[in-house]
Amino acid sequence: MSLDRSDVEKIAHLARLQLDDADIPEYAQHLSNILALVDQMQAADTSALEPMANPHDASQRLRADAVTEQNQREALQANAPATENGLFLVPKVIE
Amino acid sequence: MQWETVIGLEIHCQLATESKIFSGASTAFGAEPNTQACAVDLALPGTLPVFNEKALEMAVKFGLAIDAEIGKKSVFDRKNYFYPDLPKGYQTSQLAHPIVGPGHVDIQLDDGTTKRIGVTRAHLEEDAGKSLHEDFHGMSGIDLNRAGTPLIEIVSEPDIRSAKEAVAYAKKIHAIVTALGISDGDMSQGSFRCDVNVSIRPKGQDEFGTRTETKNLNSFKFMEDAIKLEVERQIDVLEDGGTIVQETRLYNGDTKVARSMRSKEEANDYRYFPCPDLLPVMIDDDYIDAIRATLPELPDARLARFKEQYGLSDYDAGILAAYGSMASYFETAVDACGDAKLAANWLLGEVSKYLNTAGIEIDASPVSAEALGGLLVRIKDNTISGNIAKKVFDAMWNGEGSADEVIEAKGLKQVTDSGAIEAIVDQVIAGATPQVEQYKAAEPDKRGKMLGFFMGQVMKASGGKANPGQVNQILKKKLDALCD
Repeated sequence: MSLDRSDVEKIAHLARLQLDDADIPEYAQHLSNILALVDQMQAADTSALEPMANPHDASQRLRADAVTEQNQREALQANAPATENGLFLVPKVIE
Repeated sequence: MQWETVIGLEIHCQLATESKIFSGASTAFGAEPNTQACAVDLALPGTLPVFNEKALEMAVKFGLAIDAEIGKKSVFDRKNYFYPDLPKGYQTSQLAHPIVGPGHVDIQLDDGTTKRIGVTRAHLEEDAGKSLHEDFHGMSGIDLNRAGTPLIEIVSEPDIRSAKEAVAYAKKIHAIVTALGISDGDMSQGSFRCDVNVSIRPKGQDEFGTRTETKNLNSFKFMEDAIKLEVERQIDVLEDGGTIVQETRLYNGDTKVARSMRSKEEANDYRYFPCPDLLPVMIDDDYIDAIRATLPELPDARLARFKEQYGLSDYDAGILAAYGSMASYFETAVDACGDAKLAANWLLGEVSKYLNTAGIEIDASPVSAEALGGLLVRIKDNTISGNIAKKVFDAMWNGEGSADEVIEAKGLKQVTDSGAIEAIVDQVIAGATPQVEQYKAAEPDKRGKMLGFFMGQVMKASGGKANPGQVNQILKKKLDALCD
């Protein structure tokens, strides 16, 4: 399977990446190569195998339902570019 | 053309854990912004999620309550999208291996029949934060207290055929999660949010029409209104020769208007993949059986028991058994007075009226179930009439004490002394000559109806305290004696 310009533009949009127009053919080629590798792997017969959700043969550890975190808002907001009344401020999301 | 409505529901139900699904931050509602958002919730680099055992237990409880297959191996996936109230850039959810597989609930329809609605799945996921779009100098404000709050998303089959059925289904799910104690179900605080998928098709057609999704309906009334509105809109569009666009719509309950929010992104745009930070969650039969043993009586079982044990009608049992708080109030009152029918009538009548007027739920009633039982006992032993009991109840509601205290303080004890009643009857008959003449002139079979006037006068003269049965008997005897 090979990707064309519009596929790359769509993937870049979903990942919120800004690409140089001139670079798009190269990305298309690289991504197509990866897909070719995937195609090659898919040719292997895995019908008798369970899909692997995780490489470790282990199950998820659970924690007790207890509040262990205290309010650290001041420290956690120290790096934020903009805050007000305890809120993080971000570029306006809706018009 | 005859159209058929097809509805499926997605219900996001907040689980009543103390801490978040993957962090130890508190889930309490109403805290100052970002005071309950820790490094994990903020997706700071180097943090890792650890799954909350209570969230797992609650989801399994729900699955058992709807007779569903429980996922012995469930897997968390990443659902990728960008929005500032989702700091990780993905929501941790479950796609291919949810904790709860196919199940079902039964809803009661208006005609008394039962309809089974399939539940496709219910999966665990984390809630996002909250965006505030008021003016912050042209910016949006983000509060991440809610980020990471555990949810189960309950997805129904498209088995629902009307707005009424949709509400009955949502109410049933609501009754189940509150009976299980796995959610407070508070719709105004967003603990129970419903999205409805609506499509229409010509009656008799097998294929579904194009559906729209109306999001975040935070009351059952809004849900019913929004579905009716959307069905009308789709019929108008199709009958005018148009086509339905698959889209997400927002309903405003205050203005009763819905608008298109955005075209629904293709599902694969979320690029789900298994979350590498979380291992598969494995549970065994022992675990499931241990949880099964803790299940409380569920609404359907309670409904059947109320009809059987107390002889209640479908309608009465439907209301009294639907919610645990109402059901236990009812049963406590019945224990106190020994008369289920009387307790049911009072709960559905006077008590409900006062609750509605005050806008409160039964568990906030100023008259406790024991206190109501105390009042009903006094009706049963003829200390007071049903009418006087309403006055006593009003006083009890206003905090004037127990039934016995109010009856004593206001001197409301029913007069059952025949001599005293006869004296009042004589007085009324003496003062109502024209009516007595009419009574005497009337055909004997018409006289029964004319008794009402005299009854009213005697009850009034006694301040409502005369025993109505005795008054009726004495009046009839004395008036008929005049006729001979």
